[in-house]
Amino acid sequence: MGTISLKNISKSFGSTQVLNNLNVDINDGEFLTLVGPSGCGKSTLLRIIAGLEQQTSGDVLIDNKNVNRVRASERDLAMVFQSYALYPHLTVRRNLETPLRLRDYNAFERLPLIGNFSPSKKEKTESINQLVNKTSETLKISELLDRKPGQLSGGQRQRVALGRAMVREPVAFLMDEPLSNLDAALRVHMRSELSELHNSLKTTFVYVTHDQAEALTMSSRMAVMIDGNLLQLDTPQEVYDNPSSLSVAQFVGSPKINIFKGTADSGGTVSFLKVNLKRKSSESNTDLHIGIRPEHLEITNESNENTFSGTVAYRENLGSDIFFHVNIEGGSNKIIVRGLPQFTHQISNGSSVNIKRVSNKALLFNQAGMRVQFNNAMG
Amino acid sequence: MEAKQYIGEGWKHAILIIGAIVVMLPFYMMVSMSLKSQQEIQSISGGLIGAQETQTFPVCVKTGYSEETCTMKPYQYNYWFAFEKAPIPRYLMNGVIVTLSIFIIQVLVALPCAYALAKLRFYGREFVFSMVLFCLLIPVHGIALPLYVMLAQAGLVDTYSALILPWTISVFGIFLMRQFFMTVPDELIDAARMDGMGEYAIVWKVMLPTAIPALLAFAIFSVVAHWNDYFWPRMVITGNRDLFTPPLGIREFRGGIDSDEFGPMMASIVTVTVPLIVAFIIAQKRFIEGITLTGMK
Repeated sequence: MGTISLKNISKSFGSTQVLNNLNVDINDGEFLTLVGPSGCGKSTLLRIIAGLEQQTSGDVLIDNKNVNRVRASERDLAMVFQSYALYPHLTVRRNLETPLRLRDYNAFERLPLIGNFSPSKKEKTESINQLVNKTSETLKISELLDRKPGQLSGGQRQRVALGRAMVREPVAFLMDEPLSNLDAALRVHMRSELSELHNSLKTTFVYVTHDQAEALTMSSRMAVMIDGNLLQLDTPQEVYDNPSSLSVAQFVGSPKINIFKGTADSGGTVSFLKVNLKRKSSESNTDLHIGIRPEHLEITNESNENTFSGTVAYRENLGSDIFFHVNIEGGSNKIIVRGLPQFTHQISNGSSVNIKRVSNKALLFNQAGMRVQFNNAMG
Repeated sequence: MEAKQYIGEGWKHAILIIGAIVVMLPFYMMVSMSLKSQQEIQSISGGLIGAQETQTFPVCVKTGYSEETCTMKPYQYNYWFAFEKAPIPRYLMNGVIVTLSIFIIQVLVALPCAYALAKLRFYGREFVFSMVLFCLLIPVHGIALPLYVMLAQAGLVDTYSALILPWTISVFGIFLMRQFFMTVPDELIDAARMDGMGEYAIVWKVMLPTAIPALLAFAIFSVVAHWNDYFWPRMVITGNRDLFTPPLGIREFRGGIDSDEFGPMMASIVTVTVPLIVAFIIAQKRFIEGITLTGMK
C-alpha cells in the first residue's frame, strides 16, 4: 500500500507563506506530478511528505497513519534528488547497499571489523547482495557496480540514484526534478523509462517538476501549483483541455495558449477582434479573456466574419509542425498558430495570413482569471 | 614558440627559481652544517659535506667518552653525538603523541561543530558563528598566562594534558570546515537522512569523506603549528625532560659546558624536521586524490 494524504498543509518561512492550506490525496500506485513554475512551493511540499521539512500546520498521512512526528528515515519513503546526491566516496555498489545496511544491520553489526562476528550478519549481507543485484539488473547498471559516481555519466548517475531509491522497496517514491540535469534527448528517453518503471513496480510515485511536458507525458494525475496554492488536480488531459483558471491554462501547454481580450454583451455573446463566438458565455456584460490554443487556430485562404488577419513575425519550424508567431491587426500581442508543413511550407516571415478558429475550442476566463463556462455546449 | 615567448617564460622561471633558492637556502645550510666539522662550520669552508676527515672531537672527550670512541668522521659524530646527548627518539615520540592527539581531538570537536554551523538551523546559530570568528582574533600569547594558571591549579603542569588540552578546540578548524561544508549540497545530507542515517552518522560517514581535502589542509596547519611550537611547551613543561617536544629538545644543544657546537645541533634539527617533510610529501599526494574524490558536481 502507498496512499499519501495531505490535509490542510501550510508552511511559512518566517513571514513568507510558501504553502497555503493544501489538500491532496494520492492513491496507491499512482504517478502524481506536482508541477508549477519555480518558487511555487512544490519542492517544499515534497520535502514535507518526505519528512525533511516540518509543516507549519496540517497533517501528513501515509497509509492512513499520521506521520507528523515520524522521522524521514522511518516513513519508508525513498527520494530521488535533482543532483542525484550519490555518496561521492563510495562505489555504486556501496551506494546501493547503504540504505539496506542502515535498515537491516543493527548498531553492533555496523561496526567495522568486530561487526563481522555477529552470527546474523552473514545472512543479512546475502539478502542485501541479492537485492542490490536484482535492482542493478532491472536498471541495467550491473557493470557499473564497482565504479565511483565521479566516473559515471549523467544518465548513469540518474539510474544509480533511482536504484538507491528502489532497493529498499519503499511504499512510495518521491522525485525532485530528477531529469532536469540531463540533456534534452536523454530526458525524453528517461521519461519513457520512468513510466515503464512505474508500470512494472506499481508503487506510488510523487514527482516534482517545473516542466509541464514531463507532467503531461508521465503522470496519471497532475497537481498544478502556483504561488503556494493548488490550482488544479486532475488527469493531464483534463488539465490541458479544461484548465480551471487562466494561470493553469497559461502554464500547461507548449507553445503557450493565446489569450485575446474580448467582451461579453448583455446576451452573453462573446466577441473579440470583431469575431463573435457561436457559444454564449454564462457571464454577461463583462470583459473576458479568451484563450485559444495554437493547434485550435488554422491559417486559411478564406476571409470572412469568422477570420482575422495578421502578418507573420517569426516562423518556428519543428519539422512535424510549424508554429507561426503572428502580429494581429488590432491586437496588442503576438499570437501563435500551428500550421501543418504540407499546407504552410510556402509561408515565410512577413507574409500576410488569415486565421480561423476550430470551433468549440475557445476557453473563457473572467478578469480574476477564473474559468467562465459557456451556457450551451453547442450553438 | 616565438623567441619572445621564450623570454617571457624565462622571466617567470627566473623569478620562481630565485624564490625557490631563498626558501631552500636555510635548509641547505642546515643539512650542510649537520655533516661538517666544527672548524669547517666556523671557517665557512668545505662546501656541502666538508672534507670528512676522521678526527677526535674534544667536546665528546670532555663529556666523558674515551678518545677512541670520540674518533670518527664528522657526519658520523654529529648524528651519533646528537642522539647520545639528548633522547631524540623520545622527543620525536612526544612530538607525535602531542600533535596527533591535538589533531584527532580537534577533528572530533570541529567536524560536528562545523556541520551544525553550516547545515543545521537552530536558534542562535549566527551568534555562535560570530563567536567563532571572534575567537579567531584572540592571539594565543594573550591568554597564555591565564591558561597556565588554570592548568597549574588543576595540577596538570608537566603532563601531556598540559601540552594537549589547551589546543583541542580549534576555532580555525571549525571555521575552515564550516566554510567547506557550506559547499556540500544539502541534497546529499537529505539523501543520507532518507537512507536512515542519524546526524552523527552523517558527520562521520558523509561529511568527513567529502571533506578530506579541507581536512588535509587543516591537518597541515595543525600538525606543523604544534610540532614546531616552542612557546607553549616551554611554559608548561618545566622540569620533566621525558615530556620534551622536539623544539624543546633542540634547545638542549644551546649553552652548557661546550658552548655552542653546531654540528650535533644541526643534526638534531634535521632529525626533527625530516618527519614533517615526509608527512608533507605524503599528504600532498593524498591532497590531489582528495580533490579528484569530490566528483559531485
